[in-house]
This record gives sequence, structure tokens and C-alpha cells, in this order.
Amino acid sequence: MSRFEIGDRVRVARAFPPGHVRTPVFVRGLTGTVVRYFGHFRNPSELAYGMTGLPELSLYQVAFDMDDVWSGDGAYAAGDTVTADIYENWLEPAEDKKNAA
Amino acid sequence: MSENRAISDIGGLPAGPIDREDHEPTLVERRIDALMMLMRAKPRAFWGADENRRTIESLTPEFYEGSAYYQRWVTVMRRLMVEKGILTEAEIEDKLAEVRARHDEGGAK
Repeated sequence: MSRFEIGDRVRVARAFPPGHVRTPVFVRGLTGTVVRYFGHFRNPSELAYGMTGLPELSLYQVAFDMDDVWSGDGAYAAGDTVTADIYENWLEPAEDKKNAA
Repeated sequence: MSENRAISDIGGLPAGPIDREDHEPTLVERRIDALMMLMRAKPRAFWGADENRRTIESLTPEFYEGSAYYQRWVTVMRRLMVEKGILTEAEIEDKLAEVRARHDEGGAK
């Protein structure tokens, strides 16, 4: 039912649409790893305007390397991550982590 | 990178010190909180969490950053009540004028 599996590498869309958007700006365009599947929920970007939010979307917790998010210069220890909850319509499959330039 | 960054989407931005001191909610804050709970109580909920968030995010940055937590809440409730057709701006203004007059006379607030 869900599009991604735990451990899959995924890339977050580098997009800046108007309206109510849950995907934090600081992970847009970055590649991370799916660490949890929460289930499927109505789309908050549509619910925000009184629409149905259907069909429901899968929601994942995605972990990003701290260095990818904040500095890129090796300032953080390997394995240090920051996680964000991201709906499937913001994600696409990714092979490696450094293709987000 | 910051195109269309919602005013609430501040992860990673420089910030000042955080005031972590608790305080007892004031009577006005309690009333605003209660009203919000009533407006959003299921099954009659007039609006949901996402509409609430969208409306908070649509506040001007000046108001958002310069206002107290419950000031934002009451402003958002006012906007959503008008948006949902529960009250009109005129009805709210009329009631506010009535309450101000009563307050100025030193009566019940």
C-alpha cells in the first residue's frame, strides 16, 4: 500500500508552493532515509482551505544527515540526523545522498 | 531557499534566547482558550487544525512576531468565524463597541 519501505532513500522536492505546506523549508531538495511509516492521512495542504484532502497520502518520517541539512562541512558526527515528517507527494526515490546540489 | 517560507517555518534560522518561564494563564487567555476549544470541538467543529494553522501563517510577519500567543489565537478565531459565515465583521464590530462602552462606564467587563 505504501510507496516507500523503511530504509529507502528518498529525495524531497525542491519546491516552494504558496499555501499551507507542512514540508519544512530546511529539508526541501535534500535526500534522506525513510525511518518510519505513520500511515495515511488526508492532505493537510487541502484541508487547510476547507477541502476534503482526499485521497489520503502516506506519511513518512525521513532522517537526514545533520551535515546535509545545516552545514555540509563535516561539522556534525557521522550518524547524527534530523528527522522530518513528510507526505508522499513531496518524495521521489533517490539512489545516493549527494545528488541534491 | 526562502521563497514562500511560512512565518512559522523557522527551523535553522538565527534566534534569540527562549523565554522558558511559566506563567499562570490570565482570565482573558483562559477565555480565548475555552472559546477556541468550543469552536473546534467535534463533532460540530467549525474548522480543523490545518485551517487554523493556515490562518495563523497568513498573519503578517510584523503581527506574528510582535503579538502574544493568545493574541494570534483570538485574531485567527475572528478571521475564521467571518470566513465560515458564523459572524460578520459588522456584528463583531458592533459587539466590540458595546463592550467598550460598558467597560468605559466602569461596568462588568
